[in-house]
Amino acid sequence: MMEETGIGIWGVPLAIFAGAIRVSTPFIFVSLGESITERSGRINLGLEGTLVFGAMTAYAIAVMSNSPWLGVLAAMATGAVFGLIHGWICKFPKVNDIAIGIAMMQFGLGLAFFLGKPFIQPVAPHLPSIPLGGWSDLPQIQSALNINVLFIIGALLSVALWWAFKNTRVGLILRVVGDSSDAARAMGLNPDSVRLLATAVGGSLAAVGGAYLSLFYPGSWNEGISSGQGLMAVALVIFARWNPIGCFLAALLFGGAGALGPALQSVGVTQGYYLFYAAPYVLTLVILVATSSPTRSLAGAPGALSITK
Amino acid sequence: MTIEVNTPTLSPLSADARSLRPLLEWLARRAEPVAISLGAILAGLALFSIFIVVVGKSPVDLFKLMYTGGFGSWFSIQNSLSRAAPLLLTALCVALPARLGLVIIGGEGAVVLGGVAAAAAALPLVGSVSPIIVLPVMAIAGMIMGGLWIGLSGFLRHYRGVNETIASLLLAYIAIALMNHFIEGPLRDPASLNKPSTAPLPSDYMLGNIPGMDVNWGLAIGVVACIVSWILIEATSFGFAARIAGGNVRAAQIQGLPVGRLIVGFTALAGSFAGLAGMIEVAAVQGSANASLAAGYGYTGILVAFLARHNPLAIIPVAILLGGIDASGGLIQRRMGLPDATVLVLQGTLFVVILLCETFYGRFKIFNPDLWKRPALSGRTA
Repeated sequence: MMEETGIGIWGVPLAIFAGAIRVSTPFIFVSLGESITERSGRINLGLEGTLVFGAMTAYAIAVMSNSPWLGVLAAMATGAVFGLIHGWICKFPKVNDIAIGIAMMQFGLGLAFFLGKPFIQPVAPHLPSIPLGGWSDLPQIQSALNINVLFIIGALLSVALWWAFKNTRVGLILRVVGDSSDAARAMGLNPDSVRLLATAVGGSLAAVGGAYLSLFYPGSWNEGISSGQGLMAVALVIFARWNPIGCFLAALLFGGAGALGPALQSVGVTQGYYLFYAAPYVLTLVILVATSSPTRSLAGAPGALSITK
Repeated sequence: MTIEVNTPTLSPLSADARSLRPLLEWLARRAEPVAISLGAILAGLALFSIFIVVVGKSPVDLFKLMYTGGFGSWFSIQNSLSRAAPLLLTALCVALPARLGLVIIGGEGAVVLGGVAAAAAALPLVGSVSPIIVLPVMAIAGMIMGGLWIGLSGFLRHYRGVNETIASLLLAYIAIALMNHFIEGPLRDPASLNKPSTAPLPSDYMLGNIPGMDVNWGLAIGVVACIVSWILIEATSFGFAARIAGGNVRAAQIQGLPVGRLIVGFTALAGSFAGLAGMIEVAAVQGSANASLAAGYGYTGILVAFLARHNPLAIIPVAILLGGIDASGGLIQRRMGLPDATVLVLQGTLFVVILLCETFYGRFKIFNPDLWKRPALSGRTA
């Protein structure tokens, strides 16, 4: 293979680059969704269930309608419903948002496996990708630059959200509610309603991440479709300091770290192959340890967020 | 209202009713968690029944099958108890830190690494040393490994301010990668072809069954662990200090309690129970460490602990109930043509509804003796 193309050792960074884009896309959506929810001062640990349910819905609707984009829209709708349930339950006193997240995760996974059983066999149409590598004769470069549409949408969305948090009225409302429920009430805002909507939007974005898994890469529906992307979202958002562009870059980094193992294996490095799977988690933990402090909350953290105290 | 209660006025009640009052107050306070939990379970079952009706099946048939599959015969009871055994230990891994106000969700990591450590500790000893020594060595290895793994989350929490929920979750993923590394690499038995495993334990080195039952000793170990944990929390000064720190860290520190050591100690103890669950899985069920260790016991344990409201004694019936629900999954699949995920839907529904019902604590006057009016005492108590 190497002789044919003369790409040699450059295959490793190229494989990591292509892998980073492929693996990072679900992380981008799920972490952008979680960043919106957490900016409103609430944490949704149940996005793993939302993501898997979104993957199932998108696949099922795409099979039935033969349209992958209809699948993505349906997934967004179910994700919003999951978010609304989470947000509605959390507004009651004495209810712990972290525990509800774990419960909603189990509920979402169970329901997705239950309803998704008939869709393991059928084949759904995939989401399209854009070939940006046409200028090159090398097939590796062409396939590496075959960028999926959702990745591009995710990149644009992260910039748009970053701008919206800073410059729009909605962004300001979200940040005020996230920093202080009392300040929000003084402004005449209802924190519970804002958080309800923020959790619903977060859920619908997480479901898009799931739709990517079932409709693009790996591009099939089964019960092992997610490898914990939804759970990692919480860590990713902390890692990105609640900044949407940070979420995008962190997701790319995660994708690259996750693609490191397979890329090295493809050039014959097999020692410690399984340890590379731990790379993104070790990286997150190291950064959390390095930047946390027992005496102050994390820089950039929304003041009303329970998990950084 | 409370002033009225506390004012020592002359009561129109008979001496009989007045002597009953402390008993009724005690009963009312104890009845609250039981009544709210039962109400929540009924509400959850009702919601689940609606779901089953919507998919076109009979909930009555389903619950009958669930009973038959979980507790209908001696065989199914033993099956349920076997499934409950690891949940007892993994639920403790959540419940003990929860008494200190910590949410640990990475018990799965302690289970898999506890299993790997136990298998690794047995390797050089098998054949030359008696099983009576090897099994305790395995248990200790599993407990130390699990204790270190979850204790690290507690340590990072207290001394570095890292959120323990996230840290324990990350550590669980790292643990599974480490397990795969060891069973595919350094510890792999070359004879295990399709399913990479460590070298199998000879049958005389396996942890056997409880006499008269087809259930391994893991069940007895789990029950003892729950009872010991309950005594530790409720009846020792260590447990009392932990409950204070769980209520208010600042107050505990002002009182001079060693909060850091309490947090690290409790998380390490919790992790050692989960590590023990991994050792039992290796020594009593699998016979070697392999990928089956990551069967999700750590995650179901979270559900058990929350349903038991982090009370170690309540964990025992809850784990057996969930073991029974789990055991009936196959029967429901065969007889009713429902997917095996049916039990997951039920578990998820119960979990959500029970947490939602936390909001009802303190809302009912009947469970709150401080709000009782004096004249009402004689008649309306239940």
